[in-house]
Amino acid sequence: MSQVQVAHSEHLPGSDSESTKRHTISLQVENKFGAFNRIAGLFAAKGYNIESLTVGPTTDEGVSGMTIVTRGDDNVIEQIMKQLTKLIDTVKVVDLTFDSFVERELVLIKVQSTAASRSEIMQTAEIFRAKVVDISQNTLTLEATGSQQKVGAIIKMLQPFGIKEIARTGRVALKREFQGEV
Amino acid sequence: MESSANTHKKKPESSRGKLMTGSEIFVRSLIEEGVEVIFGYPGGAIIGVYDALVDLSDINHVLVRHEQGATHAAEGYAKATGKPGVALVTSGPGATNTVTGIADAYMDSIPIVVFSGQVPLKLIGNDAFQEADIVGITRPITKHNYLVRDVRELAKTIKEAFYVAKTGRPGPVLVDLPKDVMAQKTTFEYPGSISMRSYNPAQEGDPAQVSRAAALINASKRPVLYVGGGVIQSNAAQELFALAEKLGCPVTTTLHGLGSFPETNRLSMGMLGMHGTWYSNTAVDYCDLLIAVGARFDDRVTGKVEAFAAEAKKIHIDIDPSAISKNVKVDVPIVGDVRTVLNQLAGLVQPLDTNDWLATIDQWKSEHPLRYSHGNSLRAQYVIHEIGNATNGDAIVVTDVGQHQMWTAQFYTWVHPRSHITSGGLGTMGFSLPAAMGAAFGRKDLPVISISGDGGFQMNMQEMATIVEHKVPMKIFVINNGFLGMVRQWQELFWRRRYSHVELYNPDFVKLAEAFGCPGVRVTKVAEVEGAIRTAMEHTGGPFFVEFVVAKEDNVYPMIPAGQTVDEMLDTPEPVAGPQNGRIGERVIYLQKGEQSKGKEAHHVTSTSSS
Repeated sequence: MSQVQVAHSEHLPGSDSESTKRHTISLQVENKFGAFNRIAGLFAAKGYNIESLTVGPTTDEGVSGMTIVTRGDDNVIEQIMKQLTKLIDTVKVVDLTFDSFVERELVLIKVQSTAASRSEIMQTAEIFRAKVVDISQNTLTLEATGSQQKVGAIIKMLQPFGIKEIARTGRVALKREFQGEV
Repeated sequence: MESSANTHKKKPESSRGKLMTGSEIFVRSLIEEGVEVIFGYPGGAIIGVYDALVDLSDINHVLVRHEQGATHAAEGYAKATGKPGVALVTSGPGATNTVTGIADAYMDSIPIVVFSGQVPLKLIGNDAFQEADIVGITRPITKHNYLVRDVRELAKTIKEAFYVAKTGRPGPVLVDLPKDVMAQKTTFEYPGSISMRSYNPAQEGDPAQVSRAAALINASKRPVLYVGGGVIQSNAAQELFALAEKLGCPVTTTLHGLGSFPETNRLSMGMLGMHGTWYSNTAVDYCDLLIAVGARFDDRVTGKVEAFAAEAKKIHIDIDPSAISKNVKVDVPIVGDVRTVLNQLAGLVQPLDTNDWLATIDQWKSEHPLRYSHGNSLRAQYVIHEIGNATNGDAIVVTDVGQHQMWTAQFYTWVHPRSHITSGGLGTMGFSLPAAMGAAFGRKDLPVISISGDGGFQMNMQEMATIVEHKVPMKIFVINNGFLGMVRQWQELFWRRRYSHVELYNPDFVKLAEAFGCPGVRVTKVAEVEGAIRTAMEHTGGPFFVEFVVAKEDNVYPMIPAGQTVDEMLDTPEPVAGPQNGRIGERVIYLQKGEQSKGKEAHHVTSTSSS
């Protein structure tokens, strides 16, 4: 199953408001025809916000793993969790938000470059431990991985050079084995 | 009722292990599930399955006249019997015509399984003839649905479909059957049991939560049991009755809860909500503990949600975790099967001293009874009351949607679970006639009565042909006021009486019934009502039709306008004459001078207080 990112445009700009919080939900669903549609359709039908949704295989080939980043007040999140659990194909749902968890996102950024700006771009990339994965006369394409904040930061730092295109995976997450301070 | 199925039963076991087509496996699987009747309509994509029905069937197939009728009939069958109803349709338009019935079953948690034909797998997505993505279309309105892509998965999928439909919070399941898959062959082995790692509905309530609930109950002075369809679905009426009696706790029911608690009992307050009784809504407003049992705090019950039982602690027992805290935050939620949880509670609660509370409610009942008076014209409320007198509550009454539905809920005296069937959540006009037909196929022990308005009846009246063909012994009552009455009522009350497209031009309903081959009469006068109902009830060998021509502009009261509170409740405008005959809380009819007194003393009144 391929990685998908949906509905990024639904992400409303601005930080968490007083009542709505961003939540990262990890779920495991039976790897069956249409399972992804059931999840996406549920969010659409109930009017829940999706910031990102990624799907991929797990160690059990009958089960797909999904990471959903959403936002809402406590009542909305409670309903999202219950409605996801209610779907017949759902094996497990965990709201990682209040646990310690690792999250990563991968981004490909195609930046405009000239001979003059190229080295400065590559310096910036190095600070973020991003790799150059493609180069042309007028562009550099960088690959960066990290938390959402890190990905946001590199995009911000590269904006002055002129960003031609961006492809983001959306976030994937796993609960940390050691909970609390590590 | 005639059965078109073979009377000779073949043994399904004899064909086990043999190579069979998908179509044959389908029929065998339904026999294994104990399916008695299928409501269906053939077509190109499902033709192979219909071929298998010719030779293999121990199952009665009822050819409906429109696929919507098939799904409503399956719902009626399921509600009346507690067993899943089955519909079988072809692809494309056959499948899309089931959508309203499926949505209705989803809203009202009715176990039905819909099997739809589909174009061959290799044509799916090609805009093939009569292709529709019915799995995609019904995804948000089914509990679950399946596209069978391999004949080897067919038997297991059917087993799963029935299991999912009838367990947990019941609901509709659709199984899409591509034509080529149904022609493939494999050996048939029906799974004996089913286990799904992703689906394990709760049975027992969490003991700690049950203890907390019991503590709240034992400390309450003014409790109210607010009871929904879940009590009927889980066959918990006896347990509910025992709990209410032990506590001395008054009971109000939702529309779907009608029949779960006998309205002949002093503790009954009838229905609550938008058109509930004055006293039940008032009691909910004044109670200090609201015990919600198998009910979901629907907006037609709560009105303005923040003001609903605002002073009360709340306990919510429901099998569906997502129904809890969806609309109203409760103090003690208990997820589990209603019957199991009521049994868990039974040993932990003590009888309460509710004498003052019940006396207060009795006072409210006498001050604000359900009531109406005869004017110059026949009123629907009276018709309903007379139907109740004729049946003694021993009937299955299936209503449609609108004013007659609310009047039936109010003025019929409900005493038995599964005696009341209606379209509540979705509010589907056209539900009653096919649903009553389905109920009649499932329940031959009781008379089945369909009550519709003149609008709703015309939405599925094609099923008259099915009913007459099968000589279904139904009573078909149409309450004709020449209006889409409930919309008209709203336009009168809230839209400055600007009537917009609510007056109906109607056919001659009695001639129409006769054209279908169903005998019928028209009633226009008060004096004719009782006789016509008796004629209908005594009619045997097939359906009987009665049209009641009632007052054109009449309103359902009490009414809490949508989204408002009990403080805005409009009580019946007719004055309460007193002192009354009949028991406190009894439905009261005020007769004009000269009219013969009847209907006032309902059949069930065993002791009447003196006037």
